[in-house]
Amino acid sequence: MAGNLVQGAVFTVMVVRAGMLRDAAFEPELAEQIRRSPRFFLNAPVVLDLKDAAEFAREAEFAEAKETLRRHTLTLIGVQNATPAQLQAAAGTGLASFAPNAPQPSRRPPREPTQSAAPMPAAAAKTRLVTQPVRSGTQIYARGADLVVTAAVSPGAEIIADGNIHVYGPLRGRALAGAGGDVDARIFCSRLEAELVSIAGHYLVSEQLPPEQQGFPVQIALVDDRLTVTRN
Amino acid sequence: MAVRVMVRRRKGEVFLAGKVIVLTSGKGGVGKTTSAAAIAAGLALRGHRTVVIDFDVGLRNLDLIMGCERRVVFDFINVINGDAKLNQALIKDKRNDLLYIFPTSQTRDKDALKRDGVERVLEELKESFDYIVCDSPAGIEHGALTAMYFADSAIIVTNPEVSSVRDSDRIIGLLASKSRRAEFNLEPVAVHLLLSRYSPERVRKGEMLAVEDVKEILSIPLLGVIPESESVLKASNTGTPVVFDEESPAGRAYLDAVARFLGEQRELRFLQPERRSLFRALFGRA
Repeated sequence: MAGNLVQGAVFTVMVVRAGMLRDAAFEPELAEQIRRSPRFFLNAPVVLDLKDAAEFAREAEFAEAKETLRRHTLTLIGVQNATPAQLQAAAGTGLASFAPNAPQPSRRPPREPTQSAAPMPAAAAKTRLVTQPVRSGTQIYARGADLVVTAAVSPGAEIIADGNIHVYGPLRGRALAGAGGDVDARIFCSRLEAELVSIAGHYLVSEQLPPEQQGFPVQIALVDDRLTVTRN
Repeated sequence: MAVRVMVRRRKGEVFLAGKVIVLTSGKGGVGKTTSAAAIAAGLALRGHRTVVIDFDVGLRNLDLIMGCERRVVFDFINVINGDAKLNQALIKDKRNDLLYIFPTSQTRDKDALKRDGVERVLEELKESFDYIVCDSPAGIEHGALTAMYFADSAIIVTNPEVSSVRDSDRIIGLLASKSRRAEFNLEPVAVHLLLSRYSPERVRKGEMLAVEDVKEILSIPLLGVIPESESVLKASNTGTPVVFDEESPAGRAYLDAVARFLGEQRELRFLQPERRSLFRALFGRA
């Protein structure tokens, strides 16, 4: 993974419905919200949800929305549920495109910053679940997520996750958790027979794994920059 | 054809097109061709119209194992290229009327296996045969991938040793991702394990993996265990599929595997070291 120019990452972003910007009550309410927790909202990224807002079509309107949010320390970074024409206009204003885009309906109702004073509930990244044995020569990468395997991971197979890795079966291949650099990621398996385990770039090959832990259910964590294996 | 349909009706079976079975392993020399010949002959002995195809273009062997090498005129590649008709290339087995051999070319290479041509030939064979047994070449390149692509079932031929088991694991992964059934999101290829060249004596000494170890690593249903046997070598050299040798433990093990493939329950045999009788100890093994 080292040397890749572009890496994936997952962020929590607030979503503002485009229709609300037209509402006269929106700005005072937003201001009130921000007054209560200014640090949380400072320079926070916002995505504009264009669902049911076909009238938003010109670059000037996007620039105006950007300006409105900027007044409240928020940074508009992109749009979602945009039609192709809206996407083009948004791109002209330097806004990115977030999935889903029209005509698909929004999968999640947009979060409304005016409704919660608490910190944004972190959108739980979807865990990647694999129920079939991971065969030799197969590589599975859970991008920005945890990886759960409910079968065996064969020698010569490679499982990678940006988050934690759980293997409910023998782990005989290579497992790389925290591939995006997360030093808090861990590897759990019900039988340690791995060829290699790695967390955030620190790795141990099978010869370096403590022999007394081989074949047992363990968890592997990074403690003081050292991989430690403990019996579960 | 008419007879076949009648037989099916009498058995109360639904009319179905032929099933494609691939014998594959990844690793070479594990007994794919021997097993393909034995399984195909076993299916024919059980009353199913069966053809066995050699996909190992350039390294033609199946005709030797089946003992029909002197009757090869046209081959698989000729039919794919439209130079010959199917019935000109199919060779009828002399021992069993239901068994046909479809030899391949010894002078061409695997690139001659064009996927659409192979599909056309297989579709034509499905109309006249119950089972189409494909003997895959070793490796995971074009030849092996083409042999497995159209499979409905796969028999993974594995020897009880780590390198063979690992290669089989790789092949099972490819069947789950690169077959036609995988590409079109159909019901996955039914995968079976056939453990060949099994020597209970060497397992006992710890020189070979035991059946249970292999089953545990590959986690696919076990179709059969074929004991290491001199009769297999003899059968290969005389061009007789080993199932025609009723005395041979390997032949009987293959017939058991065929029965299990057809859905019967059979106890596993030949898993214990042979007890040598005093007679045998004195006069050597029969």
